[in-house]
Amino acid sequence: MAAAAAGRGPGCGPGDSPEGPEAEAPERRRKAHGMLKLYYGLSEVEAAGRPAGPDPLDPTDLNGAHFDPEVYLDKLRRECPLAQLMDSETDMVRQIRALDSDMQTLVYENYNKFISATDTIRKMKNDFRKMEDEMDRLATNMAVITDFSARISATLQDRHERITKLAGVHALLRKLQFLFELPSRLTKCVELGAYGQAVRYQGRARAVLQQYQHLPSFRAIQDDCQVITARLAQQLRQRFREGGSGAPEQAECVELLLALGEPAEELCEEFLAHGRARLEEELRSLEAELGPSPPAPDVLEFTDRGGSGFVGGLCQVAAAYQELFAAQGPAGAEKLAAFARELGSRYFALVERRLAQEQGGSDNSLLVRALDRFHRRLRAPGALLAAAGLAEAATEIVERVARERLGQHLQGLQSAFLGCLTDVRQALAAPRVAGKEGPGLAELLANVASSTLGHIKASLASVHLFTAKEVSFSNKPYFRGEFCSQGVRESLIVGFIRSMCQTAQNFCESPGEKGGATPPALLLLLSRLCLDYETATISYILTLTDEQFLVQDQSPVTPVSTLCAEARETARRLLTHYVKLQGLVISQMLRKSVETRDWLGTLEPRNVRAVMKRVVEDTTAIDVQVGLLYEEGVRKAQSSDSSKRTFSVYSSSRQQGRYAPSYTPSAPMDTNLLSNIQKLFSERIDVFSPVEFNKVSVLTGIIKISLKTLLECVRLRTFGRFGLQQVQVDCHFLQLYLWRFVADEELVHLLLDEVVASAALRCPDPVPMEPSVVEVICERG
Amino acid sequence: MEDDAPVIYGLEFQARALTPQTAETDAIRFLVGTQSLKYDNQIHVIDFDDENNIINKNVLLHQAGEIWHISASPADKGVLATCYNKTADGKVVTCAAVWRMPAELEPGGHESPEDAASPAHALELLCHLGPAAHGSTACVAWEPAGDGKRVISLADNHILLWDLQESSSQAVLASSASLEGKGQLKFTTGRWSPHHNCTQVATANDTAVRGWDTRTMSQIYCIESAHGQLVRDLDFNPNKQYYLASCGDDCRVKFWDTRNVTEPVKTLEEHSHWVWGVRYNHSHDQLVLTGSSDSRVILSNMVSISSEPFGHLVDDDDLSEQEERSQEPPQDSVIATYEEHEDSVYAVDWSSADPWLFASLSYDGRLVINRVPRALKYHILL
Repeated sequence: MAAAAAGRGPGCGPGDSPEGPEAEAPERRRKAHGMLKLYYGLSEVEAAGRPAGPDPLDPTDLNGAHFDPEVYLDKLRRECPLAQLMDSETDMVRQIRALDSDMQTLVYENYNKFISATDTIRKMKNDFRKMEDEMDRLATNMAVITDFSARISATLQDRHERITKLAGVHALLRKLQFLFELPSRLTKCVELGAYGQAVRYQGRARAVLQQYQHLPSFRAIQDDCQVITARLAQQLRQRFREGGSGAPEQAECVELLLALGEPAEELCEEFLAHGRARLEEELRSLEAELGPSPPAPDVLEFTDRGGSGFVGGLCQVAAAYQELFAAQGPAGAEKLAAFARELGSRYFALVERRLAQEQGGSDNSLLVRALDRFHRRLRAPGALLAAAGLAEAATEIVERVARERLGQHLQGLQSAFLGCLTDVRQALAAPRVAGKEGPGLAELLANVASSTLGHIKASLASVHLFTAKEVSFSNKPYFRGEFCSQGVRESLIVGFIRSMCQTAQNFCESPGEKGGATPPALLLLLSRLCLDYETATISYILTLTDEQFLVQDQSPVTPVSTLCAEARETARRLLTHYVKLQGLVISQMLRKSVETRDWLGTLEPRNVRAVMKRVVEDTTAIDVQVGLLYEEGVRKAQSSDSSKRTFSVYSSSRQQGRYAPSYTPSAPMDTNLLSNIQKLFSERIDVFSPVEFNKVSVLTGIIKISLKTLLECVRLRTFGRFGLQQVQVDCHFLQLYLWRFVADEELVHLLLDEVVASAALRCPDPVPMEPSVVEVICERG
Repeated sequence: MEDDAPVIYGLEFQARALTPQTAETDAIRFLVGTQSLKYDNQIHVIDFDDENNIINKNVLLHQAGEIWHISASPADKGVLATCYNKTADGKVVTCAAVWRMPAELEPGGHESPEDAASPAHALELLCHLGPAAHGSTACVAWEPAGDGKRVISLADNHILLWDLQESSSQAVLASSASLEGKGQLKFTTGRWSPHHNCTQVATANDTAVRGWDTRTMSQIYCIESAHGQLVRDLDFNPNKQYYLASCGDDCRVKFWDTRNVTEPVKTLEEHSHWVWGVRYNHSHDQLVLTGSSDSRVILSNMVSISSEPFGHLVDDDDLSEQEERSQEPPQDSVIATYEEHEDSVYAVDWSSADPWLFASLSYDGRLVINRVPRALKYHILL
């Protein structure tokens, strides 16, 4: 095989050799290959992906483009056994035959087609020749026809002109006839009341008459016409003025008059005057409904009637006017706007009066619906008459009403709060009469808080109707912004909280401090209420408001913290006032007891004075009362473990140590020095100092005030020996019972020590009682 | 030199009574009366040397009893009146008497320090203000602009007008009136108005302030419940005839227009305990001094209700009038709180000689002399 290949080698091109110049062949082939691939859009990868397919470059592929018979034969001869060779030979022969027959069939078919085409072409040639002849004939005939036609028109020319002239004359004559008949026709029309027809005639003739008025005959006609027209106009006006026939007919009259060339200015005045009369009629009927007596129809009905009667009428007038007097330009529009403004303002005044009567009412939904209807109605004329500003004015009214409503709600809230307080006062006053326990303070507080909150929520819900989506004015900027933030949030809610604080604070200012116009328990309760507001309720209410009203306005609003601070301040002031008031009650008791007693002539003390027991009792009662509402609070650590016993030992030893020098006659300097030194080491006691929000602090405040009063009163009196001893006993008693209420028991000691020291100074014969005796008396009492 | 520093003087005894020597207009001099049950009581005549910041004292014995109130004659430097306690038959009665200071003291300040060591001089009794039958005398007030011959004393519920005759050695009861009502009514204090030709006196009892006409001895106005509690002191505005200040146990100082007594014109609530004394400055009535048992003295600037609401001085004509000041609206304010005392302050008063100087007295016998802050002084003057 190799030899055969080599033998045929010189016959072949060097490029065809399968193994010869192997170096360049694949490269060139690949190049062509690449281009083909490019042509068929096959990527290299795809080609590489199918290595199993028949290689199109295979020279042994019978159907391939690069088929090489020699190679193929070689290959067959080399590879196949004889039987297969034979098979392939027969196969090939069969194929060749089939191909031959196929080719023959093709050739026959094509030949037939060629023959038939030749025939067709020949036939076409014949047909065309015939057609040419006929066309020639047609052309000659046409020329003849043209000739004839020209001749006919030449003959007819003359007559045609005459006919045209005659027709013109005819038309003119008819016009003239119309003109001559015009006066009678007009008269007839006027008599029949066909004003429209008359005006149309007049309109048609006017220009002609105008043009030919220099001719006497036309002049006469014109004069006649003018007379009739004047009469016509007269009648039209008459009809217009009588006018009971409604706006559309009036509009027609006006239209006709305009067509008659009446001065538009005057007409539009008259038209408006007429419209005014009708609208005023409407207004009067509305006003009658307002009446001096209480309004019979509810506000919804009223706005309905106003809407359909007045606003509808206004719309009609405005629409008709704009249609009729569109030619008037801006001046006319301005006139109409002024007209609408004036009447509109009167209407608004009426509506406002009606709404004002409604202000007392409580049904917000009805009011909102009425306002909605009112506002909705006015949108039509608003769109028609933008210049009159009706829609704006209506919105303004709605806003004003909304504002007033807010104010009313605020008042309602305030009075509800005051009502609550009155209830509380009654509840507080009641048990004293009945002699048994009434509702507890905590319960009362809860009642007040919940009812106030309930009222606030009800008001919010009621006000919320103004911003409901289906209400036509709710998307106005006012209702979206200012109403929510400034109106509801600021003036209603914040305003209420402020006024609540103010009301509460007013209890502190009350002049009747002595008479106790305000029950102390109320002060305590209010103080707690304000404190609760500070801690929770205010932020809750404001969050609720913000959520419900989705405040979008950017205008500054009162922050929660400010309000809280105000509430806290109020709570503090109330509590301080409570302390002062209760302190005063006890002070009064102590003061009276010191002032009215004869301290010089008193007997040796056997008992603690009743007033001291009373003081302790009252203090305990206050302790209980405050304990109902306020937490315990912190005491100084030292007091927590001091029991009664250790305390008394401590205090008596202290007493001895401290007062012994001052009781024995010594130089005055010593006493003074002693008390001064003592003061150096003790802190200054702020008597009416601010209190904290807890029980201990409140009680401390009250006790401080009471003891300071005792001190001042003692200093104003002169004591005998037994007077001093009585003071000693009293103070010891107080010491025994008061320490447990205060934050710092040292304070009680200090004040009581000072009381005893002052009493000793105010005694010409100071002989103190034995501490043990004092203790015995106190234990007994 | 630290001009505004307070000057402190200590007495050995408790003391409540303080008055400037009203007739003295050159030297700064205060009289202080002591309270002691065991020792002889004294009147300390305290001279303050403004230039050297030094205090000179003279002690006069007041053996009659402890002094609850003291007032100096507006006409005679040497004459003063005291209310003092007397214990008799196991009862304490407060009497009033007019005294004359020893003559050699009057020039004042010439004593050498060693004089204090010498036995103290005693006061010379001029006359008692009546028998004690009327009750305990709470206060004695001299006719402010008079010749030192007319005195009002308040004894329990009586108001007594005395004529001092024969150079004050005899007191004749000129007229009297008494307060009738439920319970035991007792005057606590009174002041004589310098206006209306000195015909008006104001008194305080319990919570009420009453005005009296001295010619008819009848009540002319009454401020019922002027304070929530006891009224402790009164003072008349020296420049505005209807204005009256009062203070009391409700820790408040109230300013009244006596023509409309339903509402106070102004209320101050700066003290934390009873206010025992209130005094208008004699020349600049916006300066109000208050002393309280919270041991504080407060100097307030009540511009808005003063006679010089815009800071103009009517009497200072020498000031250039064209000097335009940018006048901010008048603001009432507390000028200063003085905390030098450690016990209750029962009396405060301005010096009669120096309008910028005042004294306060606390129960432990401490007398403190203070000045109006210099900045404020210049602000008022200029």
